[in-house]
Amino acid sequence: MKTFKGRVIVPGTASAEALVSHEGFNTLASYQMALMFGDLKAMGKDTEVHCGDQNNPEVYKKPMMGKALCLPQTIGSTTGGMVLYAACAMGKQPACMLFSKHIDSLAASGAILGDVWTDASMPVIDELGDEFLEYVQTGMTVTVKEDGVVEVE
Amino acid sequence: MILNQEQQALLDGSKGDVMAKIVKTLVMYGDAFGAERMVPVTSKYGHTVISFGIGVMDPVYDLYDQIINAGIISDQKFTADPRPLDKNVPSTPLDDLVFKKIMYTKQDRYEEQIRKLGVTSDDDYTCACYLDQVGNVPGKGDVLSWAESSAVVYANSVLGARCNRNSGILELMGSIAGFVPEFGLLTDEGRKADWVVEVRCEKKPEAQLLGSAIGMKVMEDVPYVKGLDKWLGTELNDSAKAYLKDFGAATASNGAVGLYHIENLTPEAVEQGEALIKEGAQVYVIDDAELERVYKNYPVIWKKPDAKPQLAFIGCPHLSLQQLKDWSNKVLDGLKKNGRTKVAVPTVFTAPVPVIREFEQTMESYHLKKTGAVVSYICPLMYMNNPLCKSKAVITCSNKLRTYTSARYYTDAEILDIVTGGAK
Repeated sequence: MKTFKGRVIVPGTASAEALVSHEGFNTLASYQMALMFGDLKAMGKDTEVHCGDQNNPEVYKKPMMGKALCLPQTIGSTTGGMVLYAACAMGKQPACMLFSKHIDSLAASGAILGDVWTDASMPVIDELGDEFLEYVQTGMTVTVKEDGVVEVE
Repeated sequence: MILNQEQQALLDGSKGDVMAKIVKTLVMYGDAFGAERMVPVTSKYGHTVISFGIGVMDPVYDLYDQIINAGIISDQKFTADPRPLDKNVPSTPLDDLVFKKIMYTKQDRYEEQIRKLGVTSDDDYTCACYLDQVGNVPGKGDVLSWAESSAVVYANSVLGARCNRNSGILELMGSIAGFVPEFGLLTDEGRKADWVVEVRCEKKPEAQLLGSAIGMKVMEDVPYVKGLDKWLGTELNDSAKAYLKDFGAATASNGAVGLYHIENLTPEAVEQGEALIKEGAQVYVIDDAELERVYKNYPVIWKKPDAKPQLAFIGCPHLSLQQLKDWSNKVLDGLKKNGRTKVAVPTVFTAPVPVIREFEQTMESYHLKKTGAVVSYICPLMYMNNPLCKSKAVITCSNKLRTYTSARYYTDAEILDIVTGGAK
């Protein structure tokens, strides 16, 4: 097990399986088919939301809902924050978002809109460092503490 | 974050709970970036990225209802991104069923909402709101609360305005409050370049390819691009602005660029030159081989990669008037060369309504119509945002459309060759 310490953007605790994107995570491309059209698999309760970003083979077609999404930053369209907010409002959000770098403005917008305007719980930690993203692998268990400590095992 | 008395009162609920939540959202947003204060939004108009009423996005419209029901409207009027539907764009009965009965069932509800909130006009739905015909043209140094990645990067880079890459919903909150947190691209330091990009191409680089390569390399950093003035000149004329519009959209969608500087061309680069480059900036050299490498690496996700193209979209972001005229002339010349009178592939050019109106007064429009090509105000991205399009062989010269959909990217020349029937 390895422990990392980051900065708390949205407080909370979570424990979930990691889904790792070493490239910038394109929020619109990842979620648009699942959320904006209404991925049929995503419509039912407790079913998955699959990543639709064909340009990011590491996460393409993988389930995102309830995962500990580990990423450097998000990229792409400025609808990204709105998409993340909508995921939170529908209860389809990741369990947490863990950024190795400083959070970007779109991810911050989405996370904050989700926190202020919905009941969803999605702790967000940033500045976990490059070593975090080098160490964590998809499938590992990630635990987020209230103070921004992230345990990976 | 230190708020002034009025901002603190709003946060404390002096204008109700909804306004307090709007200000709380803006404060948290600023805190995430170490903003120390709010600054007034000084542009005449805002711009929202949300232009669609998608059935499953109810939470967004419910939030807007909360704002409207609280009696809150935007301090400034705003333009909006392009509409997702236009009956002039080719579609099958099944497409129409999906668009109208499943996907965009909330379009009327949403348009009614933004009328109440302050959209400038029913004609002002475009991602290229900064074109003269639309008239949302901020001045140098203006502080904006905009979203739409291609518009933000254009306003920052070509117009010298100041805007962060805000998200949809949050941009409206800044327009409503009349202030935004000061950080990032709103500050002098945040506008300095982290990268020097040296363009060493032997021919004029394709705007959408160059932007894509730079976006993927620098992500959200600010690039200072050298060597492009050789191809674009040193005057921000219509041609240079159109190139930078398309280039910027690709940097913003293939990466997360909110501002770029072009040596000897964009306003801050002209004024400050290399003083804009941060100490220790990284260097990225781009030549023809590098652009070719980037192009070859784009995935083709058509079900049948060798399928015959069924539809071509040209104009993401929306075309300027000069671009529409240029494309028309190129299509007409290409058809003539290939002994045809009609386009070989259903082709849609997209542009803002006020630009289309002006274009319709020209001879180019008259001739283009005869080729069967369509000029539309639609958002191609919204059109393609459904599973039916995955089985359609749609081609585009937009790297933004390629990024978000199954559309296949070709260069301008290749697209022209295909739609005019010259391609083998």
